Amino acid sequence: MSYVPHTTEELRAMLARIGASTPESLLESVPASLRNRAELKLAPALDERALLRHFAAFAAENGTALTGPSFLGAGAHHHFIPAAVDALASRGEFMTAYTPYQAEISQGTLQMIFEFQTLLCQLTGLEVANASLYDGASALAEAALMAARVTRRTRICVSAGLHPHWREVLRTYTEGVGLVLETLPLDDSGRTDTAKLPADCAAVVVQSPNFRGSIEALGVAAGAAHAVGALAIAATAEALSLALLRSPGELGCDIACGDAQSFGLPLSFGGPYLGFLAAREKLVRQLPGRLIGETLDSSGQRAFVMTLTTREQHIRREKATSNICTNQGLCALRVTIWLALLGRAGIRRLAEINLALSAYARRACARAGLALPYAAPVFNEFVVAVPGLAGKLERLAAQGIQAGVPLARFEPETHADHLLVCTTEMNTRAEIDALVRGLAA
Amino acid sequence: MSTAGRSGLVFHEPLLFESSRPGRPGVRVDDPDVPLVDPVRELGPELVRDDIPDFPELAELDVVRHFTRLSQWNYGIDSGFFPLGSCTMKYNPKVNESIARLPGLAAVHPASDESRLQGVLALAAELEAALAEISGLDRVTLQPAAGAQGEFVGVRMISAYHRARGDTQRTRVLIPDTAHGTNPASAALNGLEVIEVKSGPDGIVHPEALAALADERTAALMLTNPNTLGLFESHVEKLAEVIHGAGGLVYLDGANMNALLGIAKPGHMGVDVMHFNLHKTFSTPHGGGGPGSGPVAVRNSLAPYLPTPVIRLEGGRYRLDDEFPHSIGRVHAWYGNAGIWLRALAYIRTLGAAGLSEVSTRAILNANYVLECLRDVYDVPHQRRVMHECVLTDRRQNEHGVTTADIAKRLMDYGYHPPTIYFPLVVAGALMIEPTECESQETLDGFIEAMRAIAHEAESEPSRVTGAPERPIVRRLDEVRAARKPRLRWSRESA
Amino acid sequence: MSDHDYKIPEDCHYTESDEWLRVDGATVRIGITDYAQSELNDIVFVELPERGTQLEAGRTFGVVESVKAVSDLIAPIAGEVVEIHSKLSEHPEWLNEDPYGRGWIIAITPEDIDELDRLLSAAEYRAHVKARSGK
Repeated sequence: MSYVPHTTEELRAMLARIGASTPESLLESVPASLRNRAELKLAPALDERALLRHFAAFAAENGTALTGPSFLGAGAHHHFIPAAVDALASRGEFMTAYTPYQAEISQGTLQMIFEFQTLLCQLTGLEVANASLYDGASALAEAALMAARVTRRTRICVSAGLHPHWREVLRTYTEGVGLVLETLPLDDSGRTDTAKLPADCAAVVVQSPNFRGSIEALGVAAGAAHAVGALAIAATAEALSLALLRSPGELGCDIACGDAQSFGLPLSFGGPYLGFLAAREKLVRQLPGRLIGETLDSSGQRAFVMTLTTREQHIRREKATSNICTNQGLCALRVTIWLALLGRAGIRRLAEINLALSAYARRACARAGLALPYAAPVFNEFVVAVPGLAGKLERLAAQGIQAGVPLARFEPETHADHLLVCTTEMNTRAEIDALVRGLAA
Repeated sequence: MSTAGRSGLVFHEPLLFESSRPGRPGVRVDDPDVPLVDPVRELGPELVRDDIPDFPELAELDVVRHFTRLSQWNYGIDSGFFPLGSCTMKYNPKVNESIARLPGLAAVHPASDESRLQGVLALAAELEAALAEISGLDRVTLQPAAGAQGEFVGVRMISAYHRARGDTQRTRVLIPDTAHGTNPASAALNGLEVIEVKSGPDGIVHPEALAALADERTAALMLTNPNTLGLFESHVEKLAEVIHGAGGLVYLDGANMNALLGIAKPGHMGVDVMHFNLHKTFSTPHGGGGPGSGPVAVRNSLAPYLPTPVIRLEGGRYRLDDEFPHSIGRVHAWYGNAGIWLRALAYIRTLGAAGLSEVSTRAILNANYVLECLRDVYDVPHQRRVMHECVLTDRRQNEHGVTTADIAKRLMDYGYHPPTIYFPLVVAGALMIEPTECESQETLDGFIEAMRAIAHEAESEPSRVTGAPERPIVRRLDEVRAARKPRLRWSRESA
Repeated sequence: MSDHDYKIPEDCHYTESDEWLRVDGATVRIGITDYAQSELNDIVFVELPERGTQLEAGRTFGVVESVKAVSDLIAPIAGEVVEIHSKLSEHPEWLNEDPYGRGWIIAITPEDIDELDRLLSAAEYRAHVKARSGK
């Protein structure tokens, strides 16, 4: 079963037309010395029923956000996804379309991405947003490369509050072209200290809320960056916070990037997610990735088309702004549908619910005698110090509760008892009460 | 004959922002069972924004109709024949979607304790082993989120390999003139210099041309095989010898692996590192431009440089191992586009070894059939036997003022997605056709008839072709206007 | 199309990379030729250097873009940029409409005015265009 449709008669007729005896005889340009002598060593083929059984058996071995209360965050968030998102995003006309190079028969994708770009501009408070990148980490790497091109400088100052995985990706991407990363420490409240910036700094990178949950003073960071002629890059791993917090654009940042997984993308073991990248209008020529623009067709109707494509690899090759070829089209579709369904009031309310749950959980922790090491305000994620953490996590897991992510797993040098807890609208008061009881026990 | 019949109603549909009405309620979100807090009191006024003016306000049914209508303006593989060269637009099996949505996979948090990840890690290991077998290479990482990221990883590993050997002067990457634009861009992103290799008059690279360029500065050759002309690089063993002799490594762009499944292994051709495009060869959806997935396979000699984490099996348990001192580091926040690579594994498990070989032989049959049936009306720049795709040009139609772009647009009127056009760059006016294995003779004959009809129109009624398309919801677009005064978002002021 | 269709004014010097130079008092004005604009097609964007930039002969000083192509602007001779035609940012179409007039790009004060003599004359440039366009 390989989804090939040819009948025996068709095969015969096609080979005759080509003047070949067998399909294999068409391989004459592949030297015999290179041909496989044996069949590939792969597991036997499965029909649809057996295939579903095979995968379902492995799926059953995983613990998920559905099998019990989960307080896992750290850059991947369990949020509500209305049923209409799956239903609409599954339409074959979206799912099986190609990148919209042929605009006349891709207006659905093109208008959707234009709407996506607009929504991301509204959320970030900036003037241009691209059609998406692989994930938050690669979007940040592209933002840093962009800042280096704009400023013609090589030093990137990175907050210690940046997601450790994102920082690693940033290093991998910038090392080859000679950028240097420097760390900006966190102060006692859990916020980035941007007071001392080197004069030759290309960009200041601050994540907000940061990896410890603290909401950063982006305006202060932007002011400090501009004072030394650097660009201010705001990153976020929890896009829902943009519905409630003052936007990076409003606070003076030049570039905003992050991951929009929270807007309708399932956790799915870390991908596919969606990286977004937005910037000031004057930086548009240095913005990597696809851009969709409005124009007219030859009969004067409004239409949408990929534009400013000369920045891209298929034209500029080694001089392109990036090597990126795809975006995350289907993820951008899900995000656009999700944001449209929730709408102006819905996303605000959802963000307020997240805030209410974290506020409740933090107060419950404090009442139970657990220390909250950082004083800075938080959105839906916070650090709590839990003496004897490992044992308690195990006991809670036995009750089916995923209590959070131990910070030491990401940053071995941090306190062994610090736990990163995330509360979203998928959690209830009873779940939080059980969590706090378990952590305090 | 044309497959394009009539359609149901196709609606005009404004932007979300234009349909929005203040106060129209969207999806219901009830209050939580904890007390709501006042954001300004909780966070301080300096941190809290007002709600977002002009953010859409639509009812659920409005949203459903909006996206249903937009979808109807698209053309997908599910709509019809999609012979887009180098993109492998094959059928995307529906069962793969069901598998990616299994709650035990879709709801897995990537930061879960490893004890809760054993199922998904086992599936990842199964796919890595299958891709290693198909490529004839030793180790695989699923982390790259797309082919271009795979290229970046591969070239980065090559740099790390040379550096570890003290070979720091290797700063050049040799790339044939037929390559995809991502190859030079990926090399540049690694700080390497790109040297173009001219392909011969027969459309393939010759060892002598390569030998003239390969030296102690050569880090790698980046080769696409079959190349973008659809031709197998028959001298590939010799090319690899030349590069290895000069101390460089061979990178294979796996974009065209649909021609080689079960037929030949890159590892046997002297390839040291390659990437796969799961969204091409292994049937995962293109999704209107991603998400893709670009696993990288390497020889053992390059394994120490794999991106972290790597999946290891120890004492019957799978682990995500970060302790990898020579690794190039991480390229993705987690372990790649799991929802996509799971679909690819489902495809490989459905087909098995015999099914995968059949994919390639049928893809090659279909491409040669289309070429044979069109060579008397369209110019064929290279006369060698093609693999899974073929390239024609508009040279004969140019005499009547008809170009490749016109032919492409006219195909839409006949109900087909156009081929890839003006690529590869080495062929003027290229039309690159990749039928894939999924199409019957009957479907191909319909397309061939349309192409022949257009060739006829180009002579008899060229304005019909140059004025195309007539049938889609919009006519040809003013790309100059879009680029001179870019409007990249809706705003109340500009509306 | 014959080569006579491309305007190649006699009062300019030319480069093989299709820039023109015209002496204008103490400065030299630089732009791209009619052939160049016609090859690029509709120009949508021009990236200009800053005033005061020191140009080195043979180095890139800007970029001209059409919808589907990009072309570097290469400094034919050394000198300092004393004037830039900033209105081109708003009106890139002037490069197509009037490449030797309203489409001028920069003016420089050359380090050595005699360097102009190394460049192509109108007749030489005409032959260069003819060789490439085959007409």
